[in-house]
Amino acid sequence: MENKIIVSPSPHVHGEESTARLMRDVLIALIPAFLVTVWVYGARAFFVTVVCTASCVLFEYLIQRFLLKGKNTICNYSAIVTGVLLAFNLPANIPFGLVVLGALVAIGVGKMSFGGLGRNPFNPALVGRVFLLLSFPVAMTSFSSPVPDAMSGATPLAFVKEALKKGLNVSDILPELSYSDMFTGLGKAGSLGEIAAGALLLGFVYLLWRKVITWHIPVFILGTMAVFSGILWGIDPEKYMSPLFQLLTGGAILGAVYMATDYVTSPMNKRGMAIYGIGIGVITILIRVWGAYPEGISFAILIMNAVVPLINRYVKPKRFGAVKK
Amino acid sequence: MSGVILFTILTLCAIGVLAALILYFVAQKFKVYEDPRIDTVEGMLPGANCGGCGFPGCRGMADALVKNDDISALYCPVGGAPTMKSIADFLGKAAPEKEPQVAVVRCGGSCENRPRTNLFDGAPSCAVAASLYGGETGCTYGCLGLGDCVAACNFGAITINPETGLPEVDEEKCTACGACVKACPKMVIELRKKGPKGRRVYVSCVNKDKGAVSRKSCNVSCIACTKCVKVCPFEAITIENNLSYIDPAKCRLCRKCVAECPTGAIVAVNFPVRPVSAAETGTSVETH
Amino acid sequence: MLKTFRIGGVHPPENKLSAAKNIEIFPLPETVTIPLSQHIGAPATAVVAKGDKVKVGQLIAKAGGFVSANIHSSVSGTVTAVDAVPDGGGVRKPAITIKVEGDDWEESIDRSSALMKECSLTPAEIIAKIANAGIVGMGGATFPTQVKLSVPAGKKAEFLIINGVECEPYLTSDHRVMLERGEEVLVGVRILARALGVEKAYIGIENNKPDAIEHMRSLAVAYGDVEIVPLKVKYPQGGEKQLIAAVTGRQVSSGGLPIDVGAVVQNVSTALAVYEAVQKNKPLFERVVTVTGKALTNPGNFRVRMGTSLRALIDHCGGLPEDTGKIINGGPMMGRAVANIDSPVTKGTSGVLLMRAAEAKRNEPDVCIKCAKCVSACPMGLEPFMLSKLGKLGMFPEMESYHVTDCIECGSCSFTCPASLPLLDYIRLGKAEVMKIIRARKS
Repeated sequence: MENKIIVSPSPHVHGEESTARLMRDVLIALIPAFLVTVWVYGARAFFVTVVCTASCVLFEYLIQRFLLKGKNTICNYSAIVTGVLLAFNLPANIPFGLVVLGALVAIGVGKMSFGGLGRNPFNPALVGRVFLLLSFPVAMTSFSSPVPDAMSGATPLAFVKEALKKGLNVSDILPELSYSDMFTGLGKAGSLGEIAAGALLLGFVYLLWRKVITWHIPVFILGTMAVFSGILWGIDPEKYMSPLFQLLTGGAILGAVYMATDYVTSPMNKRGMAIYGIGIGVITILIRVWGAYPEGISFAILIMNAVVPLINRYVKPKRFGAVKK
Repeated sequence: MSGVILFTILTLCAIGVLAALILYFVAQKFKVYEDPRIDTVEGMLPGANCGGCGFPGCRGMADALVKNDDISALYCPVGGAPTMKSIADFLGKAAPEKEPQVAVVRCGGSCENRPRTNLFDGAPSCAVAASLYGGETGCTYGCLGLGDCVAACNFGAITINPETGLPEVDEEKCTACGACVKACPKMVIELRKKGPKGRRVYVSCVNKDKGAVSRKSCNVSCIACTKCVKVCPFEAITIENNLSYIDPAKCRLCRKCVAECPTGAIVAVNFPVRPVSAAETGTSVETH
Repeated sequence: MLKTFRIGGVHPPENKLSAAKNIEIFPLPETVTIPLSQHIGAPATAVVAKGDKVKVGQLIAKAGGFVSANIHSSVSGTVTAVDAVPDGGGVRKPAITIKVEGDDWEESIDRSSALMKECSLTPAEIIAKIANAGIVGMGGATFPTQVKLSVPAGKKAEFLIINGVECEPYLTSDHRVMLERGEEVLVGVRILARALGVEKAYIGIENNKPDAIEHMRSLAVAYGDVEIVPLKVKYPQGGEKQLIAAVTGRQVSSGGLPIDVGAVVQNVSTALAVYEAVQKNKPLFERVVTVTGKALTNPGNFRVRMGTSLRALIDHCGGLPEDTGKIINGGPMMGRAVANIDSPVTKGTSGVLLMRAAEAKRNEPDVCIKCAKCVSACPMGLEPFMLSKLGKLGMFPEMESYHVTDCIECGSCSFTCPASLPLLDYIRLGKAEVMKIIRARKS
């Protein structure tokens, strides 16, 4: 008998899902935001993304090949996703040297030092971003303004934070801000991927449709941010910005939809996801309103990443027919 | 300025002293007396924590060695007789004696001898395969070759030979802890007396099917023809459930059965090569 | 909004290739091999010996305990051996081999096709008849039916649920039985309800069989309180606990039995077998089997005598295709891959599925990326990734605290895993070990 019969335990069929397919879908979902950022920032944004992704892939390959001596893991696209997400967290005029350094930290420290995909406790792209933010604060926060206007070089969040610190009231600064710009990404300064809320939401819909992620984490994060900032806004609309402003600015949507939902570093069941999302939302607003930095979602996600093992340990999925004790 | 430094130093010292006092009293309060010899004996054991002695680790074994007056039932297979003797001397007890043993794989169903009839494509674990079905060959008793024994061995003494698909035991490294015996779902591995100069004779088959059936699935299976039983001058061989077994206690290594066995299921290892008998018994005489 | 169970579940491609094929009567084979253990529980003990002449429907092995089932000859002829014969997995198990001579039935069996609606037997008489006929759950679990119908003291059955879900891809035998033998199934349902002393019966049918739903609905009006419940297509809806949850919304508690929530679940094919046993005195010696596969020339549904070899079935449908990679006894999600194509059709064989080599080979496993898709897919709300890891490491006591005994081995976790990890392989292994530990603790 030439062709030997295969025997294996059930099930004998497998779904279409694969790690590579999931990662590919994430990349597809990021395309609209990428197009907007290239439109706004020009070729520079394109090159930052390419350099960042290429260095992430290269570092992953080198570390896997020569340090971990495991099989090649490039084909699962995860390094590419990390690279693109890291690039989306950088300003367009950042020196390329820093991009490569960020990629090295993201892949080397954030991911491969723990053993590679599936084992890292923190989101690698955010590890890279926060490393750069803390080490090179000036390069990471000077944005070449897409359109020469009053907000030159500062993100809306930084602008507002500065203005409020100076003692200005919200109504004084509100005329300077345009919500429609924030939604479309035209005319808002910021990191590559965070400027276009609308494009990011389009990607979110795609991810939901392809069942790559569930709605829980993004909705809980954004919902918590809205509720928390809404309470503050209700208390004093002259001192605190409105929920809509909080949701549309900074990395709120990029973080909630693409960074916080990273499989490896998020909880494994719906209830855990809710706790995780609420935690991120609360910490983000706390940092934005009272913290030293204008934006806090990266820190919030990293902090909650650290809590994930604990959540997984104590928050269990709803069991069928669980007997109440 | 100096006042600040002085104050800081004094505060630190005070905290240090306070912490030391608390630690001291807590340590006193929760002190548990333990025979200091347990530590010494644990140090004398190999420290592999393999569980071969029946205790969860070397500490448990050391505890039992110190606390029991009669330690004849306790034996560390890894350290062997020298270790047991030195521990017994240290404790002033009689050393347990046991002949050195080695793990023996009782299956000769290499790819050549036992043709594969299907391919297993599940999780690479003998336990998974064994719970699913009879195995990749016609023989449902023999080695599955997926390496649960390799994974169980703490000493790196077992490897799967890629040519035969069967595990091989490195006699130098094997400590006879028995982990592989427990791991094997087919009970193919047995701990046997190592024998003088490592010489052993054993039936390298565990197939309990009738001769005609087992012969069909494997060239070197025991077919329970009883020839070995008849030829053995020491009554060391018995046949039960269509399977021959050589009692290591009675076997005197005369190797008459090896020559007699029609399928070559009886294997003699570590004997010097005898050209004549090797020709007679075909490939069954392995020399390491 | 169609009803379904709420926790987990997956939707594998349905591939019901033989849904439109009528049930054909399969020609008598030359020999049959009837295993003594075709059910869960103790094997039956043979009551015939080599050389005996037997008739169709004659008792050839008696139930070997409380949880066991009688076995009847499916053919007439001479017993050629009562010996160990390799089963699907190649392991030798006791079986009776009969050489077929003619087709001589026991006189007591009513072979007419007339529908006999009336049944005035007492519940005890019905259960005795079912036990005598050797009926077991024909959906694949093969639990002896008479045991399931004997409601333990202190418990009360409230309703009967008939499983016409057939959530396994490819299989169509229950579908065809409902379409072609609907009236008989319904009489069987009434008999089962009578045996349980209940009035209400539900028949759960997935929405991918609209013809069966329509047909059963139109027939059911004449059979008392029988409600046809269309269900949203979702695997594993045919699981007993999932079906009860889907139809009634009640959850059988962890470690409990359906009867705890007042339910008894039976398969449609079992209902048909009950009808035949009670009204026609016909023991269970044949069943409807779907023979299917994408590469098979002529897939179909057949009424097959027990003990017919899978090879005979495959040959009848156009022969074993060249590139066959796997032969499955049952459906693709829970069926057993066979190593021995000469193994027989038994009471639990609802289908024979051939898979091409390319479909059959599993994907290369990758690393777990903790995507939690297995957690979302698990219909029992367990954590398959964790259970599998523990099983691989041999940490069985920990697996017990992660409720591995709740696992129904449906395979949704392995099916959905993007890394193609063999999750269920290790969970099943651990479950078996944990069961052993629990049994040892009890005794």
